[in-house]
Amino acid sequence: MFGFDALTLARMQFAFTVSFHIIFPVFSIGLASYLAVLNGLWLWTGKTVYSDLFNYWKKIFAVAFGMGVVSGIVMSYQFGTNWSEFSDKAGPVIGPLMGYEVLSAFFLEAGFLGVMLFGLSRVGPKLHFFATLMVAFGTFMSAFWILAVNSWMQTPAGYAVNAAGQFVVTSWMAVIFNPSFPYRLVHMVLAAYLTTAFVVGAVGALHLLRDRFNPAARVMFSMAMWMAAIVAPIQIIAGDFHGLNTLEYQPAKIAAMEGDFETQSGAPLILFGIPNPAQERMDYEISIPHMGSLILKHEWNGTIKGLKDWSTDQRPPVAVLFWSFRLMVGLGFAMLGLGVWSLWLRYRDDLYEAPWMHRAAVLMGPSGFLAVLAGWITTEVGRQPYTVYGLLTTVKSASPIAAAGVGGSLIAFIVVYFTLFGAGFFYIFRLINKPPMVGEMDIEGGEPIRAGGLMPAPNLINEQGLMLASRRFQ
Amino acid sequence: MTLDLPFIWAGLIAFAVLAYVILDGFDLGVGILFPFIKGEANRDEAMNSVAPVWDGNETWLVLGGGGLLAVFPLAYAIIMSALYAPIIAMLLALVFRGVAFEFRWKTRRGQFLWDWAFAGGSTLAAFAQGVALGALVQGIPVANRAYAGGWWDWLTPFSMATGVALVCGYALLGATWLIWKTQGLVQQRAYQLAALAAPLTLLFIGLVSLWTPFLNPVYMSRWLVWPQVVLVVPVPLLVLFSAYQLYNGLKLRRELSPFLASLALFVLSFIGLGISFYPHIVPNSVTIWEAAAPDNSLAFLLTGAVVLIPLILAYTIYSYWVFRGKVNAAGGYH
Repeated sequence: MFGFDALTLARMQFAFTVSFHIIFPVFSIGLASYLAVLNGLWLWTGKTVYSDLFNYWKKIFAVAFGMGVVSGIVMSYQFGTNWSEFSDKAGPVIGPLMGYEVLSAFFLEAGFLGVMLFGLSRVGPKLHFFATLMVAFGTFMSAFWILAVNSWMQTPAGYAVNAAGQFVVTSWMAVIFNPSFPYRLVHMVLAAYLTTAFVVGAVGALHLLRDRFNPAARVMFSMAMWMAAIVAPIQIIAGDFHGLNTLEYQPAKIAAMEGDFETQSGAPLILFGIPNPAQERMDYEISIPHMGSLILKHEWNGTIKGLKDWSTDQRPPVAVLFWSFRLMVGLGFAMLGLGVWSLWLRYRDDLYEAPWMHRAAVLMGPSGFLAVLAGWITTEVGRQPYTVYGLLTTVKSASPIAAAGVGGSLIAFIVVYFTLFGAGFFYIFRLINKPPMVGEMDIEGGEPIRAGGLMPAPNLINEQGLMLASRRFQ
Repeated sequence: MTLDLPFIWAGLIAFAVLAYVILDGFDLGVGILFPFIKGEANRDEAMNSVAPVWDGNETWLVLGGGGLLAVFPLAYAIIMSALYAPIIAMLLALVFRGVAFEFRWKTRRGQFLWDWAFAGGSTLAAFAQGVALGALVQGIPVANRAYAGGWWDWLTPFSMATGVALVCGYALLGATWLIWKTQGLVQQRAYQLAALAAPLTLLFIGLVSLWTPFLNPVYMSRWLVWPQVVLVVPVPLLVLFSAYQLYNGLKLRRELSPFLASLALFVLSFIGLGISFYPHIVPNSVTIWEAAAPDNSLAFLLTGAVVLIPLILAYTIYSYWVFRGKVNAAGGYH
């Protein structure tokens, strides 16, 4: 279909559905923690600006969380529909981990979500704060299990292969805490925090541009910029450690990311160039001598393996990795730059009076999402030609489905996702476009009361409030 | 003592699927009936009756799908690729309807669009689930641990019949649920709709039950060979009894008994399917034990499931308890 074979279409479909999905959990993980911090600050200081912000972001969280859940249901079936061979072979290892993700994390999130969203007036501030913390913990546990699955596929450990060709577990500890897991988990959770910080910062900056005296906008902007200034450098260091780990276990991925075709000691750091896989060289290369070895080996003359050390069918697509990696790193340093700028303005006592800073922050609002997507493309495409690194090839993972079927469903996914999630983004933008108010309203009535997943929230809302709030659009 | 873990897990997954079918069944049913309920306030009332519980209901689908991958990876792999088209259609329809549920309340101008999305998504999801069930019942060819059939195998007269049957069945669940949870105009309409959906559902249960044994000699032997027939004969008898209860409840304008009788019909049909399937998980190709992951995978997840599934159940029951009583258009319960 369209000149693509079934395998390529299946990969496109997975890339599309998972890329759409990942946006929401990344935002939810960061926002859940931000809400917990706001809630805690409110209880600690008693300042109402924190409860205003809590109520403001809570509404946005509810919409984003809902879209994360529905796009997540699709993911739990994608493995079987398009990757049935992979499911059969890797199922005994990754299945229970994903089962735990569904059971524990989904349960915690959905269970306490209702209390967090609707429950303050009924359960009191302390229990409500506990629920907010549990939602944040639940989103973290989601990330924990899913990254355990993904890391195992990158650096498999603790397994054996049975007679049917399935991976079976010899040690659950070794499976879960596989070599790349700690690095990936830290890198991903920090990415989620940064992503949310830049969204919060952009929204704060937007409202500062309109009214630089809005107290809630000032607080959220300031908090976001602290995050940028503190977490962006930590993330760069964490990314470096993650890279060293990748060099140890997946050197071909690093070679493609760096654009190194030749194995060299004292390898340069290639800043720019156009990968030319056909001729096995970089065109128009601009590089700094010895820097590559210094960064990756922490040695002036360390040896870095180049792509030519692998046969062509064992190399990941170099152009994709080279660019996606540079996009991620570039965005990371832009985030750091904004953080440093904010420190300088703070020192000058000008943070809220700097429209160019605010414009830049608005522009950087989506930077976290882009960096996350670029990072995932780097690590996932870099795992090619394998699904389970070194053990199970992508070619042998796919379902026996014809191209027409995979292509047809891909088109259906694209149409439906753009329509529905387009509407979702529209509603989120509408919420964001309203400035946070002094005495920001709690979630309004007029909508049906919900269980918020499994938790019966409505019993937590007082009856009178519901009656008053009905049909707010009339 | 060693536990038969695959058997325990087959029971747990069957339970999750049944819980999904009856719970999401009635809220999908409300969506199917949505075009037949006129007037905005009436539609709000119908939607409000399921609003608090629907996403909890759909959790069971994730548990069923995720659980199948974890403990019966081979079955998951075969079934998902064999039923590719209906499964994808079901997922997209569920996404559509779930989002419609949220967004309907965020706009006034676009509300009619989300109403249609809700009704269309619910109906398509129900139909696709019925087709998937029919395609599963008619058997799935397997070779070398993989689906060995063609792209259109799921599309047969039988699977079309089960598709329509499930739409009727969910509509019946939805109508009787509305009888229980609403009053006034909506309830009156629900009685009329139930009077239509009930005979259709029974007709399809009869049709599918008579058709199934002819699909496969194994099914035939389950149901019609002496002495096994003594063990299975209570199922059709209880179906007749439930049908009578349903008829009676609707005639006497009872509020709860039609819903309970409809649930009983679903549970009995599900048991009937179980009798036909056992011990296969992919009919006639793969048994529960052949499809199961190694015991240490099953035990690892079972530890968590034993703790968390009762908690989820307790939450669910508590949640339904909180939402007891009739609903009104404003979303309040009283």
